[in-house]
Amino acid sequence: MTTRRAFLALLALPASAVAGEDAVAAAIREAVGDAPIADGGITLRVPAVAENGGQVPLMVLVESPMTAADHVSAIHVFATRNPTPGVATFRLTPLLARAEVQTRIRLAEDQRIIVLAQSNDGRVRRATAELRVTTGGCLS
Amino acid sequence: MSGSLSTPRIRIPRSARAGEVIEIRTLMEHPMQTGLHQQDGRMPPRDMLARLMVRMNGETVLSAEFRNGTSANPYHVFFVRIDRTSQFEFSWTDERGRTARAEARVTVA
Repeated sequence: MTTRRAFLALLALPASAVAGEDAVAAAIREAVGDAPIADGGITLRVPAVAENGGQVPLMVLVESPMTAADHVSAIHVFATRNPTPGVATFRLTPLLARAEVQTRIRLAEDQRIIVLAQSNDGRVRRATAELRVTTGGCLS
Repeated sequence: MSGSLSTPRIRIPRSARAGEVIEIRTLMEHPMQTGLHQQDGRMPPRDMLARLMVRMNGETVLSAEFRNGTSANPYHVFFVRIDRTSQFEFSWTDERGRTARAEARVTVA
């Protein structure tokens, strides 16, 4: 079992090992462009404390009827304090019964997760969650 | 790392009632090495899955693009409404273009 400190010592990375706010902002812009972002309409479930940063369960559920006329077309997940902010982008279609995805993510240290949900009309909604990470997921 | 991708594991009901919402779980064994960290004093080269694609009766249901923050052995859960007997196709593609596929059929009586 690697302690978090030992994990950090192992990182053979330059000073920019943490992505930083600029990289997060750039990743968000790349995902949704300049569309205005509103909070709400998303249930984001993650543990408050992740024992193992390598496998952190994440559930995203966006309020949406998921019809051809009105559906969530993409869910983007970002980690604000990983070496790189990207986690995954999910492309959804109305064939899904609901705008819900569950997965597992890896986190290097305590940080905030940002989830953006894009609707087919261009609307972008956001949810965030703060997590503490006991043992960093050494992989990202 | 060369060779083929491992066999995906899919959990999906074999049958459903018309209109039922079913849960689909997928697990793909893969190291998801970012190439950014040392392991036992070595720096393993980058080896990442790039994409998951799920189709139902030939139509895209869900796709995913993976980046560094997706865990090793990517695991996904999602929900689909079944109106008729349906054929599902799952495919993963890695950053070198290798693919793994799985199929499943959900029967509506």
